[in-house]
Parts: sequence; C-alpha cells; structure tokens
Amino acid sequence: MSSRWIWRALAIPGLVWLAVFFVVAFYAIISVGLGNVTTLYEPVPHWNPLDWNVGYIWQAITNVVPGGDTWDTFLRTIIYVVVAVILSLAIGYPVAWYAARHAGRWRGLILVLLVLPFWISYLMRMFAWTNLLAEHGYATRLLHTLSIDTLFQKIGLLDGSDWLGGQHIAVIMALVYGYVPYLILPLFAALDRIDQRHIEAARDLGASPAGAFWRVVVPLSKTGTLAGIVLIALPMFGDYYTPDLISGSPKTAMLGNAINGYVQGGPDKSLGAALTLLLSAFLLIFMVYYLRVIRADQREAAGA
Amino acid sequence: MKRRPSFLAITTWVYIVWSLLPVLLAIRFAFNSGRSRTSLQGWSLRWFWEDPTLSVFHDPTLQSALVHSLELAAIVMLIATPLGTALALGMRRWRGRGSGTANIMLLLPLVTPELVFAVGMFLLFTSAFGFIGLGTTAQAIGQVTFTLSWVVLIVRGRLATIGRDVEEAAADLGAPPLHVVGRVLLPLLVPAMAAGLLVSFALSIDDFVVSQYLASGADTTTVPMRIYSQARGGPTPALNALATIMLVVSLLALVLAYFVFKALTRGEQKEQRDTAFRQLAMEV
Repeated sequence: MSSRWIWRALAIPGLVWLAVFFVVAFYAIISVGLGNVTTLYEPVPHWNPLDWNVGYIWQAITNVVPGGDTWDTFLRTIIYVVVAVILSLAIGYPVAWYAARHAGRWRGLILVLLVLPFWISYLMRMFAWTNLLAEHGYATRLLHTLSIDTLFQKIGLLDGSDWLGGQHIAVIMALVYGYVPYLILPLFAALDRIDQRHIEAARDLGASPAGAFWRVVVPLSKTGTLAGIVLIALPMFGDYYTPDLISGSPKTAMLGNAINGYVQGGPDKSLGAALTLLLSAFLLIFMVYYLRVIRADQREAAGA
Repeated sequence: MKRRPSFLAITTWVYIVWSLLPVLLAIRFAFNSGRSRTSLQGWSLRWFWEDPTLSVFHDPTLQSALVHSLELAAIVMLIATPLGTALALGMRRWRGRGSGTANIMLLLPLVTPELVFAVGMFLLFTSAFGFIGLGTTAQAIGQVTFTLSWVVLIVRGRLATIGRDVEEAAADLGAPPLHVVGRVLLPLLVPAMAAGLLVSFALSIDDFVVSQYLASGADTTTVPMRIYSQARGGPTPALNALATIMLVVSLLALVLAYFVFKALTRGEQKEQRDTAFRQLAMEV
C-alpha cells in the first residue's frame, strides 16, 4: 500500500501538464469554434457546452462542400496529399527494400544517410529548394538543359517558366521531398523484420520473384506501410509552410493555408477554429488507426 | 536472390543524392563571397561574421533568432526530460483505473497534426490563459507539451529492457520505494535521460508551427521562423549561414549524445547498445 503512492506521485505532474495544456487547448478550439465574436470580430469563447453556437461550424461546413469558398482548397489539399503519398511510396518502397535486404556492406552507411534528413530542419530543407529553383538556380538551369521545363509546359504540368510561382507540381514534389524520409524508416523497419525464409519458401514452392514479392512481402509489410502513410499524411494535411515557401500563390493554397489565414492573418479566428475542428474530425480516423498501431507495438515490446 | 539488383541500388543512391545535395548546396552558398544564393562565388566567411552589417553575427534579427532558438531549446529540454522521466516511471506501475485514459492522453500529442495543436494553444493563451499570454513562456510550454510524449516513449523503452527483477531484488533486500527509484532505477535510466535531453533539444530547435503561433514579436522569433519569413523576400547568404549554424549545432548535439550514451552504457553488450542508439536516432 505504502509503495503505491510514490508511483502515482511521479506520474501526476506530467499528466496534469498534458491535461492542462493539451486537452484544455483542444477544448479551447471547440469553445472558440462554437463561440461568438465581439463587434470587432474578436472571438468570445463559450466554455459552457450549454451556450454553444453552431453558426461558425455551419459556416465552415457550407464552405467545404462543393460550391463553397473553401471547397477548391479542400479538394486541392486531398489531391496534393494523395499524389504526394503515392509518389513517396514509389520512391520510398524501393529504397527501404534495398536498404533492408540488398545493401550488404553499404547498409550502415545507407542507414545513416537515410536518417540524416531528420536532423536537418524541415524549413532549411525547403529553403534549400528556393535557392535551387530560383530564376538562375541550379535546378532551374538543369531542368532547362534537359528540356524538362518545355516538356512539362507542353503537357500542362508547368505554367510559365517560374518554378516558384504557384506550380502544383513544385508544391507536390516539395511535399514528397519534405516527408518521404519519414515514410522510409517505418517501411524499412517493416521490411527488415520479414523473415528471409518466408520469401525463400515461396520461391521453393514455385513463386516467381515478382510473385513472391507481391504475395509474401507486400502483405507482410502492410501494417508498416499503412502506418508510414498515416505518419506522413497527417502532417501534410496541416501543412501551410511548404506551399508558402515553394509557391506563395493562392493557386496552390492548402487547407492549412486557409486555417492559418483565418487564425493568424484575418479577423475571422472563430471560423478558423471551426475549420480546424472540421479538419480534426476528418483526420480522426487516421489518428485512431495510428494510435492502434503504436499501442499494438508497445504491447508487443512489453510482451517480448 | 544473390544477383545484385542494380535497379534498386541506382534508385537508392539517386534518392540519397536528391535528398541531401540541395542541403549541401545551401550550406555551400553560405560561404559565398558574393551576394548570390544561386551560383558559386568563391569562398568567404563574410556571411557568418565578417560583414559588418549583414552577417549572422552583426545582423541583430539573425543573431537574436539564433540566441532565442538555443535558449528555448535549453528551457524545453530541462523541463521535458525530468517531467517525462517521472511520468514514465509512474505509469510503469500504474495498472487499472485511469491508466488507459492516461496512456491515450500520452499518445495523442504524437498523432495530432501540429497545426491543430498550435491553433489550440494559440486560442488558449489568448483567452482562458491570457494571464500567461503569447511569448517565450507560451512557446516553451507548447514545445514541452509535444516533446513530453517522446521523452516518455524513450524512457519506457529503456525501462522495458531493465526488467522487473532489479527492482524486486532491491525491494526484497529491504529498500523502501523511494530508494528503489532513487538508487536503483534512476542510475539505470541515465542513458535514457541523456537521450531524452537530446530528443527534446532536437525537436525544439526544429519546431516551426508551435513557435510561430505562440510568438509575440521580433524577440521571440526562432531560426525556422526567420527562414520562413525571409526565404522568399530576397535574402542574402546570411540566411544560409544561419541555417548552417543550426544544422551544425544539431549534428554536434547528436555526436555528443552518441559519446555520452556510449560512456554511460559501457559494460553493456556493444551490439545491444548500438541498436538502442540507432532506434533513438531514428525516432526523432
């Protein structure tokens, strides 16, 4: 009995901290989103659920359905994230597979190089591209020398010649560049864990290399792959700085830019809060999935 | 399966070059002697300190961003590490009522998009917690809140490898609970706490969204915020120099942590130790 209080006492400060600053902060979004405003449009939060006013939520909902103000932005955000995730998988899966299975004596070095981007500030990595994609930047010149810019102009992927002037392709590639390292590591962990004997068994039983890959490796790495996708998709949905740095044009604005504009820029903080609530509700399903994966991992680690 | 799959090798190396070369070039431009950030113009330390007005050392906006980022990171790691270590220790023995809720509350910050969290904090500090207001205190609180869960995860991982028997042996020999924590568990947790310091430091200096939402003015601007606000406004290579300094600081912290970790876990299996460190470096 006497030993029990000490464990509680150790846990309490941290839990109180999270309750006060995390849970209450989320409640503040609800109170502002369901609150009211003064005549100067300053938000007046309604902390008591009985006083909640659904006006802003309703306005936010009518904004994100087809025909609403934010509909285009919402649709664009989904397209950007889906395309960026598919491209990230196309890049990340082979890289993770090679690092986990075939790197041989290079494995240690490759792992270090794959982890290195984690230790470089995200903003610096984006800033590096603004150097390269500027008018006389190296990437701009290289893309011109290879005639990629004229090719992209022909097929409609590039509008004009300024890569940093509101190009969808530039923002999507920047998202891929920014988030793909975070996808590669969970993929690597999942692929590294697969027992080589499973693959060999499939081959012995007559599967072609491709068949063994599709019917053994892909299913066995499914959980890790989905977790990696969720891990990069969640922050992409809340991203506003990547489009700001790489384009800055309203043509490429994402939902994060809309929320950022309402909350930090304009007077409509309540609408921003309501939009944040909608975004959270939309992402909830991904968050719950990811939570379950983490908890399963923890239980496995505790059991092992 | 023994044939070297060259397509995969090429893809991997092209990816690695693509992921790191832009940053290397950005660092190279920091040493330009001219104003260009798009082509090479000789070598100089002009943008670090030689230029009397525009260099990182002499431009007050760049210098204060650097100082503020480091200050904030120091505060955050010194609060988050003890708080997280205590929480991990406490949660370990806490079974039954409330522990499930506590666990979910602990994991939520890891899955909440930063923007949602930052908007919540911003609205909190401008309404109910108006007495704290925006500024350095709010930024530190915000960063501690999302760093805490990482520290707990790291310490928990270490606790799992320690095993129950050590504590039980101490308790069987008559050690009161306080001594079990203070003399048995804490010394064993020192490497994990060093790792916690490193992780909270790294998360803090890399943080952009929370710092930006909770900033109150020029003197609360951090390095990522300075990069964000100047990147598209015709900056000089001094901005590259500033980013380079931050990168060197975080890599130095990583190297330092590696040696500290190595020294503290001497006597443990080398392989086990390297795996533990590798997991740590990847988690961030």
